[in-house]
Formats: sequence, C-alpha cells, structure tokens
Amino acid sequence: MEFVAPVLNYSLLSPILILLGGALIGVLVEAFVSKALRPITQLSVTLGSLVLSLVQVWRIRHESSMSAAMGSVVIDGPAVLLQASILIISIISVFLIADTEHFTALAASLPGSDEERHALQTGNQVTEVYPLTLFAVAGMLLFPISSDLITLFVALEMLSLPLYLMAGLSRRRRLASQESALKYFLLGAFSSAFFLFGAAFLYGYSSSVTFAGIHNAIIGAAGNDVFLLIGIAFLSVGLLFKVGAVPFHAWSPDVYQGAPTPVTAFMAAATKVAAFGAMLRIFYTAFANAQWSWSPVLSLIAIITMLLGSLVAITQRDVKRMLAYSSIAHAGFLLTGVIALNKAGLDASIFYLFAYGVATVGGFAVVTLVRDSAGEVTDLNRWKGLGKRSPWVASSFAFFLLAFAGIPLTSGFIGKFSIFSAAYESGAKAVVIAGVLSSAIAAFFYIRVIVMMFFTDPVEDGTGVEIPSALTQLTLIISLAVTVGLGVYPAPLLNFITNLATFIR
Amino acid sequence: MNSLTLLMLLPIVGTVVIAALPKANETLTKQVALATTLVVAAATIWLAVGFQRDNVDLQFVQKYSWIPSFGINFALGIDGLALVLILMSTVLAPIVVLAGWNESLGGRWSVKTFYILILVLETMMIGVFAATDVFLFYVIFEAMLIPVYFLIGGYGSGERSAAAVKFLIYSLFGGLLMLASIIALYVMSGDQGGHTFDLAALSHLQMSSTTQNFLFLGFFIAFAIKAPLWPLHTWLPDAAQSATPGTSVLLLGVLDKVGTFGMIRYCLTLFPDASKTFTPLILILSVISIVYGAFLAIGQRDLKRLIAFTSISHFGFITMGIFAMTSQGQSGATLYMFNHGFSTAALFLVGGWMISRRGSSTIADFGGLQRVTPVMAWTFFLAGMSSLALPGMSSFVSEFLVLVGTFTRYPVHAVIATFGIVLAALYILIPVQKALHGPTTLGNENLSDLNLREKIAIAPVIAIIIALGFYPSPLLKVINPASAHVIAQMGFTDPAPTNGDK
Repeated sequence: MEFVAPVLNYSLLSPILILLGGALIGVLVEAFVSKALRPITQLSVTLGSLVLSLVQVWRIRHESSMSAAMGSVVIDGPAVLLQASILIISIISVFLIADTEHFTALAASLPGSDEERHALQTGNQVTEVYPLTLFAVAGMLLFPISSDLITLFVALEMLSLPLYLMAGLSRRRRLASQESALKYFLLGAFSSAFFLFGAAFLYGYSSSVTFAGIHNAIIGAAGNDVFLLIGIAFLSVGLLFKVGAVPFHAWSPDVYQGAPTPVTAFMAAATKVAAFGAMLRIFYTAFANAQWSWSPVLSLIAIITMLLGSLVAITQRDVKRMLAYSSIAHAGFLLTGVIALNKAGLDASIFYLFAYGVATVGGFAVVTLVRDSAGEVTDLNRWKGLGKRSPWVASSFAFFLLAFAGIPLTSGFIGKFSIFSAAYESGAKAVVIAGVLSSAIAAFFYIRVIVMMFFTDPVEDGTGVEIPSALTQLTLIISLAVTVGLGVYPAPLLNFITNLATFIR
Repeated sequence: MNSLTLLMLLPIVGTVVIAALPKANETLTKQVALATTLVVAAATIWLAVGFQRDNVDLQFVQKYSWIPSFGINFALGIDGLALVLILMSTVLAPIVVLAGWNESLGGRWSVKTFYILILVLETMMIGVFAATDVFLFYVIFEAMLIPVYFLIGGYGSGERSAAAVKFLIYSLFGGLLMLASIIALYVMSGDQGGHTFDLAALSHLQMSSTTQNFLFLGFFIAFAIKAPLWPLHTWLPDAAQSATPGTSVLLLGVLDKVGTFGMIRYCLTLFPDASKTFTPLILILSVISIVYGAFLAIGQRDLKRLIAFTSISHFGFITMGIFAMTSQGQSGATLYMFNHGFSTAALFLVGGWMISRRGSSTIADFGGLQRVTPVMAWTFFLAGMSSLALPGMSSFVSEFLVLVGTFTRYPVHAVIATFGIVLAALYILIPVQKALHGPTTLGNENLSDLNLREKIAIAPVIAIIIALGFYPSPLLKVINPASAHVIAQMGFTDPAPTNGDK
C-alpha cells in the first residue's frame, strides 16, 4: 500500500497550531524559568498566543475550505466566528486566571499536607494552569470545525482533559475542588463513552465517519434507520453533557462551585461556545435531513432544560451554584437555536453564544472580587448590602444579571429575541412559549440577587470587595462594554455574522 | 434632527449634567433637574402648538435604521392620542420634581441618583408614547421598569423592596407574553413580504382568527397588568403604598397609562377582529374593576392604598371607554387618561404632604386638618372632588363622555358603571370627612400648612383640573379626530343616540 503524505493547509490551521506551540513553550517555561519570573512569563506567553491566534482567525475570515486537513476539519464562516468568540472569551478569562490567589500552590500535594504548606510559605507557586488553558482552548477551536466524528472526538477529549485538571486547582476548599474535578472527570468519561458508542452506530449506518458521508447516507436513506437513531441519540448524549442540558446537567452545579472561579468563568463561557458550535455544525450539516427523528426529542429536552434550570436556580443559596443553574437554563435557550435549523437560527445562536459568554465571564469576574479573610464569599446571604459597600462592582453584577434575564438594552435581550424568533420561524412554537415562560421564572432569581445587593442593609461579617486588579478591571470593562454595546447597537455584529455564517458541507 | 428625538434627548442632557455635578451640592442637583423638566415641558408645549389638529396621520415622523438585519427602526411619530399623553407626562414631571423636593432624602442612595433615575424615566416616557416601531416600543416598555424599580425600592418607605419586586415581576411576566406575540408578528411579517416592526405595516398582516386571538391576548395581558385591570391589579396598591408620592404620580399617572395607551395603539390597531371578539369579556372586567376598586377604596385605612384603589376604579372606566367602540367612548377614555394623571397627581402630592407632616399614612390619624392647615385641606378637598368627577372638574367631562359612549352600545354596562360614581362619592367623602373635618386629633395641632414651594407646585395642577372642567375643548379638538380615526379603522360607526320620546 502506498503511503500518501498528508496535505495540510497550515495557514488555515494556524490558530490552533499557535496555541499548541504556546502551550508547549508554557510547559518548558514551567521547567526552566525561575519562580520569580514564571508567572509573568507564563501570562505573556499565554496572552501572546491567544492574541496571535485571534489575529490569524481574523486574517482567514473570508476563507472557506473543506480540505484544510485532509477533510477532517472545515473552515467556513461559522468556524471563524466561533473560533473568534472562543478566543476573545479566553483572553478575558485569562485576565482572571492571572490572579494566582485562586490557585493552589502545588496541585500535586495532598490537601492539608506539610508539602502544601511548604509550597505556600516559600511562594513556590506552580503555574501549570496557563499551558492547560492553552491546550483546552486549542481543543475548543478544533471542536466546532471538526468535520468527521474521529476528529470531533479527539477535540472533545483535548478540551475536556485539561478542564478536568483545572477544576481541581482551587487554593481554598481544596477537597471540594478535587471532588468536583473527579466528578467532572468520571461523568465526562462516561459521556465520552456514549459519544463513541454513538459514533460507532453512525459509522455502522452510513459506513462513513465524515459529516458529509452521514449526510449523504441520510439523503439516500440507506441502511438501517435504527442504527441512525441510536447513533444520533448517543452522540447527542455526549454533546448535551458538555453543554449541560437536562438530564445530563448534574455535574455542572458541583463543578461550577468547586472549581476556582476564574476556571469556572472560562469553562462556563468558552466550553459552551465550543460545544454548541460543534452541535450546530453536526445537526445542521450531518443530521439536517433526519430532522423529524431528532427535533421532537431535542425540543422536549430544550423545554425541560429551560424550565428545570430556571426553577431550581430559585432555590439556590450560593452564587456560583445559582449561576450554574442559570447556565443550564441558557443551554435550554441555546438549544432552541439548534432546533430552529435555519439560517436565522445559526446567526442567532452565534450571536447569543458570544454575548452570553462575555457576560458570563464578567459575572464570574465579580464573584472573584467578593471575599473575606478566608477567600471568596459565595453565600448569597453574605452578599447583602453589597451595593452600599461598593456600588460599582454591585452595579456591574446587576447589569450582567439583567443581561442574563434578557432585559432590553442589554446584549441578552437581542440574543433572546433573535434566537426565539428563529425558533418560532421554524415552527417550534411550544419551545418559544416555554422559553418565554422560563425567562419570566428566571427573572425572579436574578432580581432577587439585585434585591439582596441593593435593597438589604449590609451585615458586618467581614465580607468585603477586593479592589480589582488591573487585569480584572480590564475583564470587567470589556464585558460591560460588550454587553451594553451589543444591547444598544448590535447591528454591526449582526450584519457581520449574517454575512459570514453559512455552513459548507 | 427631528423634534421628537430632540425632546427625548433633552432629559438625557440633564442626566449628564447632574452626573457631572459635585455630590455634596444637593440643591444644585435639584435645581438642574427642575430646570431640565421645565425645559422639556416647554418644548412639548411648543411641539403641541405646531401640531396639526385635523390631520389624523402621524406627525413629526422620523425613522432611523437601528438593527437592519431584523428590520428594526428607531421610528417615532405622534397622533393626537400620543401628543396628549406626552404632554401630560412632561407637564407632570416638573411638578413632581418641585412637589417632592425632599423625597430623595430617605433613600438608600444619593440625591443625584434619584434625579438621574427620574430624568431617564422621562426620556422613556416620551419614547414609549412616540414609538411607531413595535420593537422600539417593547424595548422602552420593558426598560422603563428598571428606573421605576429602583425608585420604589431605593427611595420608598415600608416594605419597599418587596413592593418593587412584585411590581417588576408582574410587569416582566406581562412583557414576556407580549414578547412572544411580537416574535409571532415579526415572523409573520417575514412570510408576508419582509421582516418589519413598522406598526402601520404590521396592521395589514393576514392571520387566522385563532392566531389573532392568541396574539391579542399576549398584548392585552401585558397592558392589563400595566393598566391595571382586575384581577391583575394586586401589585399596584403595594407599589403605590411603598413608593414616594412623586414616584406614585409617575407610576399611576404616566406608566399605567402606557397600558391603556397600548390597548388603543396596539391591541385595536393590530388585532381589530380579536378586539371585537374579546370586547364582551373586557367590558365585564372593566365593570368589575370599577365597582371592585371603588368598594376596596372605601374599605382602606391607608391613604396611599386608598388612592391606588380609586385608580383601579378609574382605569376600569378608561378601559370601558376604549372597548365601547364608539368615538365618544374613545375620546372620553383618552381625555380620562389625561385628567386622571392630574387628579391622581393632586391626590398623591397633597396626600404625601399630609403623610410626611403627620408621620403616618393611616387616615384615622388625621382629623380636623381644616382648622389647622386650611390651604392643605382645601387642596386635598379639591383633588378629591376631581377624583369623584364633580361637575366643573375636568374628570367629570371625561367620565361623562365614557358613560355616554358606552351607553349607546352597552347600556347595561354603563348603568352598572354609573354606580361607580356613587361609590366614588363615598370613597372620597369618607376620608375627607375623617381627615379634614371634625375635632382636631391629638398630635395634629402643630402641623404646618403648605409652604410656598408646595403651593407653586400644586397650583398648576388645580388650575388645569378646573380649567379643563369648564373648557375641555382645546384638548378634545386634538383627541377627537384621532379617536374617530381609530373607530373608523375598526369599521365601526357610532350608533344613533337613543331618542327619549320614541
């Protein structure tokens, strides 16, 4: 058998390659750079790679190619838009990650051990979180551009494995953090297995692992339909796990709560973009013609996800858990964009993902600031009167909450409107009505937090707001500017998305 | 630039100035706020002078593209109905600022924040009535909840945060139902010749009667919560009780009018058939509101809650006038909206002064005010007379028009509603008697009478109430063509009046 050398289009793949290169440099930095210079070197390498990668994405924005990597990845408008969203969200999350206060000095040490204490005392802070972030981002960039099931799976693992580790890096409450990491890992591994199982069935059905091959098989209505259905179902389980849709959401509140908050911000925002990006691509290109097989089930899942996320969020007493359930509800809203299965749905989903991701990072950025002597304070009862103590921080958090609630003049409203109208256009009226109702429920708990912050008198229990570091301020300012800007004048971005976002098969 | 956009920008300029002022100088902040609202009021009056009364088309029309990918425009334009309501809002604003000079003191936040919220709200009040793009209307409709929410929760009294939340949740719920209807309209417009939110274009949409009924309900429930109509009224007494008197004036006087305005502008225009289908039900709800509001008002011990319940009764009249589908009813309802704004303002402001002097809002705590504070007692009396629609007061004209307009088509409803007038006499005269007359209650001997600022603030309100009571035609000349136009568009003609000697 003759060996054919793979042909790779390096310029189209460069965003991912730059990140992988940066990650490898990061590993070397970890090994060879003195501990005093390590944090700043790591931060520069990470930010540098992310920015460079973003520049590359911008440069290839009008390209479209099926053969960038022997047909395994596809570069088109949605790919570019999703990659750019992931990179922008990652950059503002890295500003938060740069605050080493949140991370354990030595992740390998046992919680409470002498080794840990020693590492803390000598200031021997390990900075492995930076290369891990870059590896995860690289996986996220690959995820939504994969055009066959094997690459998709590799990308899934590539983005997940670093995240499992990152979830366990918290400095405070390390046991809870490690528990959440283990939980995330076990359930994630479980869902990966489902994913692979589904991929196998799809291969059995279409005798192809590429999206185009599956699409053709569905059009030709070849093979055994049961295989197709099982394949779609199991593959969806894997994807729905990643986006945190009910009934595969159980991990997310624990992991959101246990992970260091900057990691939670990164994970909640960027993973969602990547996972929904992949989901949009596979459902819009590979499974589009089997719509009637999956659309009803997915609609049901969307409705349950929206309602359950909103309802359970009401009972939460911890701000990170509340945001976790809110993100579950948002996963439901985003599923309506997948169900819509039209151009408007694609445009709306991409807009929504970007707007929601940025607001999420902003929201968690505020969470990192509210602390007492023992670290972050996430108990909502202790957030009372925050508006009095530090009006600007509380106001910006209130603004992000209003954006999550979809109040007009925030980006959340434009996102919600566009995604619901796309779903309505495709005839999914029940989903839209459930969406509107759960928005009303969701508004309740967002407003409750605003009441706590502004309309309740502060309790003197040592809870205070840290003066934000310059980088955290930057995160806050950028997220606020994007959330306001996209709420008041979204036309440029919407036009940009509309012009670019067309999947190629 | 178009005069309506300019009008909307004026209060924003005021907020920018206030934001730049030093925090310590509270008097200057108040003066700037007052000056801004006065300028806006003057500009509106100037606008009203230039308004062509006999032209039923929208005037001062303008359109800027806002979000072209969804066909959304920043489109403004006013007809007689909108003009009257904008006029009412902008004239009330300086009165509220002047009357509630010290309202911002008991708040959680600074005086600056209070006036910034008020001025932002004023911009939105103008915009919500002037919008001719349904999306723009919705955006303002929802966004204006936020300043009111903070005004109630931050500067009110008593259970202010609970009341603010209740208000917000009710309104958001209604708003989201409306959003679902708006999305449906948007999608249908896309199927029938291009996505648009233009009100005129949307009113020509073809839709099945089932769809129309559902979409109508989406809009109507939102407006009925706002207005508020029984049984969706329960947020109002709490909000009015907790809010400062000035906020209550803006809330009941202006914001609630968005509900009744929306019924005319959106429900009737967009869904004429569904409006006819639901008319019997809505009329029954209106009559219940009239009687129920009046009965509960009689039973109230708290002055602010009493005023809130009288408003529920009055909003019943307005809704009845709108859905009577006669031009008198329409005109009466619109005039009623205007007059109700001023008579409620008078009641709330004078009531607020009484409450702040006495330190209690329980009616039983007052008594004999006539002797101690004659000017305050007389203004309260006049405000009360306006609320019960005494002939010679402006509300009489509008209430009469509504009843006449309803009677020609729905005599039974009109007759029952007339009992509302009798009850009105009770709910006003009982507190007047308890608070103003009789022996001076212990602790009231040293209450001070209205000062000059308060007299200046309340004088124009009383003047407008009495002037329009005797000579309502300047307003009616603006309102009548617009009302006749709405009724004609609905395909109705006024029934001939019943002849007495047949």
